[in-house]
Amino acid sequence: MQRNILEYLEATVRRVPDKGAFAGEEGSMSFRQVYDQARAIGSYLYRAGCYRKPIVVFMKKHPRTITAFLGAIYGGNYYVPLDEEMPRARMELILQSLEPGMLICDEHTEGLARQLAYSGCILRYEEAAFGIIDEEILSQVRGRQLDIDPIYIVFTSGSTGVPKGVMGCHRSVIDYIENLCAVLKFDEDTVFGNQTPLYFDACLKEIIPSLKYGATTQLIPKQLFLFPVQLVDYLNQKQINTLCWVVSALTMISSFHTFDRVKPKFLRTVAFASEVFPIRQLNAWRAALPKTRFYNLYGPTETTGICCWYEVTRFLEEGEALPIGRPFPNTEIILLDENGRVPAPGEQGEICIRGTRLTLGYYRDREKTDTAFIQNPLHDLYPDKIYRTGDIGRYNDRGELLFVARKDHQIKHMGHRIELGEIEAVLSAHPQVRNACCVYDPQRRKITAHYTGSVTPGELDHYTREKLPRYMIPAIFRQLTAMPLTPNGKIDRHLLCRGGS
Amino acid sequence: MQKLLTILQDLHPEVEFETADHLIDDGILDSFDIVTLVAEIDDAYGVAVPAQELMPENFNSAGALYALIQRLRDE
Repeated sequence: MQRNILEYLEATVRRVPDKGAFAGEEGSMSFRQVYDQARAIGSYLYRAGCYRKPIVVFMKKHPRTITAFLGAIYGGNYYVPLDEEMPRARMELILQSLEPGMLICDEHTEGLARQLAYSGCILRYEEAAFGIIDEEILSQVRGRQLDIDPIYIVFTSGSTGVPKGVMGCHRSVIDYIENLCAVLKFDEDTVFGNQTPLYFDACLKEIIPSLKYGATTQLIPKQLFLFPVQLVDYLNQKQINTLCWVVSALTMISSFHTFDRVKPKFLRTVAFASEVFPIRQLNAWRAALPKTRFYNLYGPTETTGICCWYEVTRFLEEGEALPIGRPFPNTEIILLDENGRVPAPGEQGEICIRGTRLTLGYYRDREKTDTAFIQNPLHDLYPDKIYRTGDIGRYNDRGELLFVARKDHQIKHMGHRIELGEIEAVLSAHPQVRNACCVYDPQRRKITAHYTGSVTPGELDHYTREKLPRYMIPAIFRQLTAMPLTPNGKIDRHLLCRGGS
Repeated sequence: MQKLLTILQDLHPEVEFETADHLIDDGILDSFDIVTLVAEIDDAYGVAVPAQELMPENFNSAGALYALIQRLRDE
């Protein structure tokens, strides 16, 4: 039985060593190159004393970045991707909580890496990737490795202002990828067009199936997502046939009527996740590409990735809810009401997930892990862990699962999962802010920050940019003389949502 | 032009839009900004920017963007 994700790469490199694995703007790498360089990095790390440690990969998006991830795993470690677009304060917060064994950088990021408040080792990719491949070390590491060992930590927004590090392991990723591939029908001829950043778990959908099948992943230059006609030209030029994108990247193409000018010629599969796809836009895609399969995917980082899928096979009316469908094999969805019981058919409940795909939990945060990953409340006969998503769902008359709303103040904005509480925590930390409350308008896709205090909106905007990633910066800052309160003394979010003060 | 500068300034208060002429090449404007800009231009000037006009050349400076708006208004 497979117990390491690297076995995918090892089987593929024997079959198609010279085929392109990952390609980007600044070069591509074959499976053989990925295999050799990743093993050299693994050997280097182990010899440098890094074993079962977090390895930070702080590199520009490039095939080498993925190779560095795999190199960390070859050395028996787990990788932690950081991105240069993260504000410095956030990176330093993450580095402090990690205490990594090594930070791997490239020529673009080395300067910044050396300025960070971080005292650990820094390694340039090339120093390790072209060194000795120590077969003996690699086989020792492999011999001691279990499938429940962690392979990555990705950081997601945390409501208290500190990002949470979610840890995935070999077993959860293998379970996820095997079922994802079977449902989405990936194969050796698949050419992925990667859109999502490498510092989220979303890119596992492309990276791991590429290793498994010997398929190719094209890393699409980020700038093209500003220009839909050029983007579609690029898809055609690279003969990309499979997309797993966030909704906003797809609607960017359809909402500008790009299909009147140019159509993707090779697309077999379009999968999307992270947000609700507006039906009108989805219908525009389906009308332009009648032979393409469309899948709505759903699943949180905490359960490794996508756990539910829905293939769009019938015509959906505008205003109709797009189902998230049903779970993958070997995954169970349980709806639970406020009393921890299964609601009546058609009634709402919190979406809870059961299965091998559950991640290990949050790094160095036992308390948050125990709150989200709990004993199945339907029995107390033996340990049986489920993950509470905080998403409210219900089944429609066809037995398809629908996403209804969030339980808390987590939002999805331009494909990113954001806790409004994290933005509020940053705003409230400003010395001249007394109180802050953020609301989200999903129609206009705008985060509005309301606050009381003497700082001007411009100053607060500037301050926020130093602390938070771009996608978390409120579009509007509104200074209020007093926060509106509900009768029981809480901030009246509903009033703020309606634009009142 | 003043209306356009206000729209841009709201998006990025830190940028000197009168002089900046590599807004795309320098990575100042991202996809959030482009989507917002197109919507705001529609609101302010009543012109819809078609897909084929979404090119780096049209968004690299406030001047180029304003020229695009005028051209679209004349059409």
